[in-house]
Amino acid sequence: MNALAPVEVGTGFRLNGRPVVVDAPPATRLSRVLRENLGLTGTKVGCDAGDCGACTVLIDGRQACACLLPLGQVGGRSVTSIEGLAAEPRFSRLQQAFVDGGAVQCGICTPGMVMAAADLLGRCERPNRGEIEDALGGVLCRCTGYRQIVAAVAEAIAPRAPGPRPAGPVVGARIARLDGRARAAGTERFGADGVPADAWRLRVVRSPHMRARFGLGDLAAVERRHGVRVLTASDVPGVNGFAIFPDRKDQPVLATGHVRFRGEAVLALVGPGEALARIRDAELPITWEPLDPVGFTAARTGEAPALHEDRPDNVLTEGLLETGDAAAALAAADVTAEITIETSFVEHAYIEPEAGWAVRRGDRLELTVSTQSPYMDRDEVANVLGVAPEQVRIRPTACGGGFGGKLDVAVQPLLAMAAWHLDRPVACTYSRIESMASTTKRHPAAITARAGADASGRITALDFRGDFDTGAYASWGPTVAGRVPIHSSGPYRIANLQARSRAILTNAPPSGAFRGFGVPQTLLAVEQAYDELALKLDLDPLEFRLLNALRPGDATATGQVLESVGIAECLEALRPRWRELRSAARSSGPVRRGVGIASVWYGCGNTGMSNPSSQRVSLLRDGRIMFWNGVQDIGQGSNTIMAQILADALGVPLDAIDSSSADTDLTLDCGKTSASRQTFVSGRATQLAGEELRGQLLRLANAGSDARIEPGPGAVRVVEGGHERRIDLALLPPVEGCGAEVALDARTTFDPPATPVVDNRGAPYASYGFGAQIAQVAVDIELGTVKVERIVAAYDVGRAINPELVEGQIIGGVAQGLGLALMEEFIPGRTENLHDYLIATVGDVPEVEVLLVEKAEPLGPFGAKGVGEHALIPTAPAIMNAIHHATGVRISRIPAIPHRVHAALAAAGASS
Amino acid sequence: MGTYNRPEDLDTALRLMAAGPVVPLAGGTDLFPADAARSGWGEPPLDTPEGADLVDLSGLKALCRIADMEDRVEIGALVTWTNALHDHLPPWFDAVRQAAREVGGMQIQNRGTLAGNLCNASPAADGVPPLLALDARVRLASVRGTRELPLDSFLLGNRRTARAPDELVTHIVVPKLPAAARSVFLKLGARRYLVISIAMVAMTVLLDEGGRIVELRLAVGACSPVAARLPELEERLVGLTPEVAAAAVEPADLAMLAPIDDVRASGAYRRHAALVLLRRALGGERLQVAA
Repeated sequence: MNALAPVEVGTGFRLNGRPVVVDAPPATRLSRVLRENLGLTGTKVGCDAGDCGACTVLIDGRQACACLLPLGQVGGRSVTSIEGLAAEPRFSRLQQAFVDGGAVQCGICTPGMVMAAADLLGRCERPNRGEIEDALGGVLCRCTGYRQIVAAVAEAIAPRAPGPRPAGPVVGARIARLDGRARAAGTERFGADGVPADAWRLRVVRSPHMRARFGLGDLAAVERRHGVRVLTASDVPGVNGFAIFPDRKDQPVLATGHVRFRGEAVLALVGPGEALARIRDAELPITWEPLDPVGFTAARTGEAPALHEDRPDNVLTEGLLETGDAAAALAAADVTAEITIETSFVEHAYIEPEAGWAVRRGDRLELTVSTQSPYMDRDEVANVLGVAPEQVRIRPTACGGGFGGKLDVAVQPLLAMAAWHLDRPVACTYSRIESMASTTKRHPAAITARAGADASGRITALDFRGDFDTGAYASWGPTVAGRVPIHSSGPYRIANLQARSRAILTNAPPSGAFRGFGVPQTLLAVEQAYDELALKLDLDPLEFRLLNALRPGDATATGQVLESVGIAECLEALRPRWRELRSAARSSGPVRRGVGIASVWYGCGNTGMSNPSSQRVSLLRDGRIMFWNGVQDIGQGSNTIMAQILADALGVPLDAIDSSSADTDLTLDCGKTSASRQTFVSGRATQLAGEELRGQLLRLANAGSDARIEPGPGAVRVVEGGHERRIDLALLPPVEGCGAEVALDARTTFDPPATPVVDNRGAPYASYGFGAQIAQVAVDIELGTVKVERIVAAYDVGRAINPELVEGQIIGGVAQGLGLALMEEFIPGRTENLHDYLIATVGDVPEVEVLLVEKAEPLGPFGAKGVGEHALIPTAPAIMNAIHHATGVRISRIPAIPHRVHAALAAAGASS
Repeated sequence: MGTYNRPEDLDTALRLMAAGPVVPLAGGTDLFPADAARSGWGEPPLDTPEGADLVDLSGLKALCRIADMEDRVEIGALVTWTNALHDHLPPWFDAVRQAAREVGGMQIQNRGTLAGNLCNASPAADGVPPLLALDARVRLASVRGTRELPLDSFLLGNRRTARAPDELVTHIVVPKLPAAARSVFLKLGARRYLVISIAMVAMTVLLDEGGRIVELRLAVGACSPVAARLPELEERLVGLTPEVAAAAVEPADLAMLAPIDDVRASGAYRRHAALVLLRRALGGERLQVAA
């Protein structure tokens, strides 16, 4: 060999058309090579097990999971990642079709989804719907419910010319997501992207036991041997505890001698990634003394040792709401019905595992992280560090799915304490397994609902009893006492209600917030009980609901009189489809078809407490409008919605607005992205900010409220009638508290008027959203399998700021409700991955027809209210009612996986 | 020590196997998920020096082919599900093709191999019932020589095979059937794509001109540690029309299965589901009849 010839070290392959050589162990996953060695973070990692498809790339033109491909097998081959796709026009069209068609929400699955579609379009010119679904079947999406994705792929084959963005008002328009292009191109930064090259990594050592005592040995020896730092509970600078509510910070950042669930954090190892990977948990000096875990059944009956000393009966909290006399009304009812159900832990299964990085800057800590709640994270981290909240800066990345699971902190306190001690950047990305084992879940519930009605079909009473497994720590458990009883009646007039709920502590992962906060479980029981009442009275289930539906001017069980109430309109909107589908339900062979219905109401915002949002918009001296948008977009589309609201409130085109994303140093506190509150609460704050800035300009121009505002370079023109006034921005005085670049500044706050429920009275939410869904199912009575064939959903959203995004929320909620009903069951230690824990795939979500009802909410921005959680709630009870319609059987153990359905059918003599 | 070798000929591969212990790597669709499961609970992953020593078989071009021999079809150990789906295999390979479309998603089908599916020896391996119903054999090679085992002798139990530590599976060998033979594969899972089977059935059937069963092979998967053939039932149903045969299958015919309770289903349900699927397979569900 010529000694002067360059020696090629590593593995060579073609990447996006160019040759590359990578020097890394050949067993390294291609996903890691792309992201870490080559810096191409458009390829996302969701599971490292081929279960989610987020890392899909093309190998020689065919789709493959980069996480299952060792670098050694890529040598000499051609790899296309999302970064290389746009070079080809037809694939660029595909990306644009995703953006235009509402196929992008959080965006974490989007690169993988686009690559899978590119594989299809590369080998098939005119694929049909079945071929599209087959091609996308290996990519999981947790946000969209897939229908808009399938439509986008079909659209990319025969693209329509995109319509021009409408001139004039944009509220109510189908504006494509403003952040959609970055997400479809793979350039959006998520929690695991953009980590500094010199960052150390943090790996959490977790309890393999559900309940145990433990002791720690010589950790200094581990540090010396491996060149890493080992952090324990004693390294927590401030309070070693966190939780949502301020009065009970009961979950330790790192456990102190006692663990209460499998997956609880015990140690944090910090060091170079390669060093951390070589450390075996089993070799660490931890001595375990496993104890018998406390399960839900034992804890409910009070026959279990206490998890926490201050809760000797393992009851974290109790809720009670009473109006009238439910027991007497039930005894007097002409008909009664009772439904008992048990539900399971449900995992959020966002495709982006928890991730972020932290760095200390002097006496401040800066944390870049995927989250739903920047300011709550800030305060929680400050408490753990023992510093003032202002010493912590939270810089949220794009959030690759939240659904409530990223309201609680996960990596945040661990990263903060590590960076605080080490004075260098520290990064952490949870593996799929630790994400599933250690983070919060939907509460399993054991519920009995007894309802009564009179002969005319009026619901006279409901007795609701629900125990909720809240896991080992408080998290959002207290909402079980608040939100559940209030929502237990559903959107109906009920004079006699008694609702009791309890949150029970067990040795399981903490149950936290998950899209609906206990209401999905609650109405899953109650809406079936109502169905039984209707059937016993020989009334049509839809007409029965309509007869009892809340109307404007009606009072709720807490005595709150509601004005914006659209449930009757939703049911009426569904009626034609209901009659048609219900009468057309045909059975064939072992397949029985059925059609069911269920309703929802949902209070927007936190329960019975202040939950303000503050927004800020500045007019800069160069003429740009800077929107300091404090709302964290978790995929639902607030980056777009808030800008639409601001544009119309201010009276300027959407393009005139530059938006920042949430950052606790730059934006005001918009609260957390949860409780279906952002469009309603922060949207109203945004509208007020726009109006405030508009008012300032109109006053400067001495113009009336109908004047037109035209921002331009260095000046704003205010036009009214034939008159025009030019405001030179350089000449305006400085704005107090702002930088010199700010010419005008508006900061506004909206706090929805809500009062706590005391002695069964109160107005716990300023606004309620309403909806109802029809489900059509096909039950194979020999196998017990259930296929959902169609969903029709009608929602009162007050005003749809962006109908396409609203539809995306609803279809995505349906997909999660379908999963809750039919397949999702988290079992600690058993279903800690995305092949044993099942969420709906593209082949499981049927066509969803969305009917929007717009009954303006006076408090909401342009009449809008929330929809995020309402979307999920009726799906599962509608499916259960449809199964009953098809077979006459009710399924009491949820999810209704085939063997449970079959057992219920067999017990009723309805199977083969 | 975390070594990684990618030999380009079988002899070299076999010498590496003989110098083991090493783990053979083909499509990686089982190896890397297992690695994620281990490293998720604090075991060093494959790309560390603590990882297993790997022999990457992907350079063995000779094993990438499906060969049509006089009396048999030989499927090389690197043939993927997608390869099998698109190859011009005869109609009685329908069950294999149907299984190929049900394994994972397309990403898995493009990378995973039929031979790897057998070597992984999951009780729920989608490839096993169709290949059992084809009387497939497994060809193993080592520096010591070559041998062939019937598939049901190769598979010993849950994640256990007869492959010696120094052996590689080189081919799946399928004896040819008459052109009129047909096969079918029915899989039951709790969702449409990316799903591990609750139960599955494969059937190969040959009918006479009167529509009566001349030859029948039935295999049930995910209902015992190793997917099982049902020889007594097969024999009993010969001479019947498929419709009559479907009605003749009784629960007692499945007595030799040993289904377990797990997160996907109860054992009792699996046994019942297998019966339903068997009757449906015999009844013609998904069966592509000769044109």
